[in-house]
Amino acid sequence: MQALRLSAYTLTTALGRGVEPHLAALRAQRSGIVKKRWETVEFDVCIGEVAGVDDITLPAGLAAYDCRNNRLALLGLQQDGFAEQIEAAKARHGAGRIGVFLGSSTSGILNSELAYRERDPASGSLPAWLRYRETHNGYSVADFVRKHFALSGPACVVSTACSSSAKVFGTAQRMLAAGLIDAAIVGGVDSLCLTTIYGFSSLQLVSGEPCRPFDVARDGISIGEGAAYVLLERADGAGEGAGEGEILLTGVGESSDAYHMSSPHPEGLGACMAMQQALQMAGLQPDDIGYINLHGTATPSNDAAEGAAVLALFGQGTPCSSTKGHTGHTLGAAGGIEAIFCVLALRDGLLPGGVGTSTLDPALPVNYLLHNQQQPLQHVLNNSFGFGGSNCSLVFSQVTA
Amino acid sequence: MSTATIYLDGLSVLGPGMADWNAAAACLRGEQPFAVAEVSLPPVTALPATERRRVGAAVKLAMATGFAAVDAAGADAALLANVFCSTGGDCDNCHNLLDVLASDQRLVSPTRFHNSVHNAPAGYWGIATGCTAASTSLCAYDATFAAGLLETVTQVQASGDRGLLVAFDTAYPQPLYAQRPIPYPMGVGMVFSARRSERSLAALQLSLCNEAASTMADAALEQLRQTIPAARSLPLLQLLAQRSAGRVVLDYLDDCRLAVTVQA
Repeated sequence: MQALRLSAYTLTTALGRGVEPHLAALRAQRSGIVKKRWETVEFDVCIGEVAGVDDITLPAGLAAYDCRNNRLALLGLQQDGFAEQIEAAKARHGAGRIGVFLGSSTSGILNSELAYRERDPASGSLPAWLRYRETHNGYSVADFVRKHFALSGPACVVSTACSSSAKVFGTAQRMLAAGLIDAAIVGGVDSLCLTTIYGFSSLQLVSGEPCRPFDVARDGISIGEGAAYVLLERADGAGEGAGEGEILLTGVGESSDAYHMSSPHPEGLGACMAMQQALQMAGLQPDDIGYINLHGTATPSNDAAEGAAVLALFGQGTPCSSTKGHTGHTLGAAGGIEAIFCVLALRDGLLPGGVGTSTLDPALPVNYLLHNQQQPLQHVLNNSFGFGGSNCSLVFSQVTA
Repeated sequence: MSTATIYLDGLSVLGPGMADWNAAAACLRGEQPFAVAEVSLPPVTALPATERRRVGAAVKLAMATGFAAVDAAGADAALLANVFCSTGGDCDNCHNLLDVLASDQRLVSPTRFHNSVHNAPAGYWGIATGCTAASTSLCAYDATFAAGLLETVTQVQASGDRGLLVAFDTAYPQPLYAQRPIPYPMGVGMVFSARRSERSLAALQLSLCNEAASTMADAALEQLRQTIPAARSLPLLQLLAQRSAGRVVLDYLDDCRLAVTVQA
């Protein structure tokens, strides 16, 4: 594939707002997961909650979009000068040549959850304040971001559960390759809601303690929330060749398990295919990858399947870790957030040790990092796998002299 | 800037008064008057019995639409990268979850929960067909059909292979129906190929534009076009039914439309 430049990027999670607090948290191996009562949930739950989302006010012209998910979306856009970078890209390419492809699994469904509690007892009708189209509807967050920047290019929300915001990199890459756009805002936003807290609990996939990826005693996820954005442009655009130190998207691999709705293929066949395709597109061999940011949700079956796939393809040597112990599982935002963790790994040579994990599962003998490592990296791989057997792997590379 | 020329190898329609593509094409050519009739959704015999029991109208619609398009193209479903696009996915299932979450007990069904992901129909499609190729599920409110068409065509262009688009929409029951009144379920399936073959029905090119969307002369069909996102495809389907070359503009986003040039 034609490599794409990551011209700008930002992320907001339970670890903080923007790149700097994330780098600090990675360095300190700090987790943002807290055990608490959330909203009206009747039990304590370990969550990676973003601080201050309720205090965000949407611009007056977009007030109809007001919901936790779009507040988090806006909070995320305001970090790391990302909004300014988008304005600059608009000036370079024109508003109609920038696509918006974001991932989300639950969008602003929390608003409908609240509204259903306020149904009219006689008629069953919803309260007048609910704005389905602008909040709950799956497209809401891309609609909001596109309108926020007054863009007029193509847009959609990819919603493939926990691979959503990895797959948007592929959507953007194909749209750029077809020449329909010159730049794309990709990433994802997902926020806490009762649907996922009760839903994952009903499947007995939520841990009672902060999640422990790849630990022998791992027993489920911790749900998190977050927003991540990347501005993608052609690496050779406008006469500016990719310069030393720049980060590029060099490979995208996508596959389906064709196995089960909520359990991965036990041997990780789909995961393996996605990783192989991403390597193939990047023109790389497994040994070229210096670090793998695992999907690593910390459920017994997900980590077993992914561990088997990584072992089959990379053997026991390639350093890898999951950052779900830092942020919680941010679901539809996880692919985008972890793509930026990959960027930080490349940029700063920081291979993050996992958080929450104390005793590695001997049945998964991959090179899972329990402590940070510092070493220069050229190519890294990011895994994102979701319900419905949706798999996506991304390769990011650093331009060297 | 247009996409490369992409070939349509097969298509399917399942909607009100359109039991299949032949029935739809007769209406769209004006040979048969369009009359709304209930949409009958077949059981998903391709799924194992345990899974078959778990699926509702949206999955049945998506699967029937997909299989009909694959059959029409003489393709092997197991080999086709696929795109499932729908404004709301399984709306019945979503309503049920919201209802349960608003109740005192909040006894969420695990099956309801895993069926609530937007890619549930795509997941069931994989289980039914054994297809391990790339699969994307997306939405864009009323722009969903054009968004899915763009995704599929760019996917086929990038892979140089074949790909399946399944566009399907169902309605929420009340009370959300009041905010998103989709009058009938409707599915549109298309199999595209990067290469011309004896299966090719038409050659298509897509480009983004600013023009007004093409409309349907028939008032009832125009009503469908305006009220079901999958029916935003009707101007293109009409051109295909007429087996003539031409150009239509499909509704997409407020300030961005999708022009489709068809060579017969």
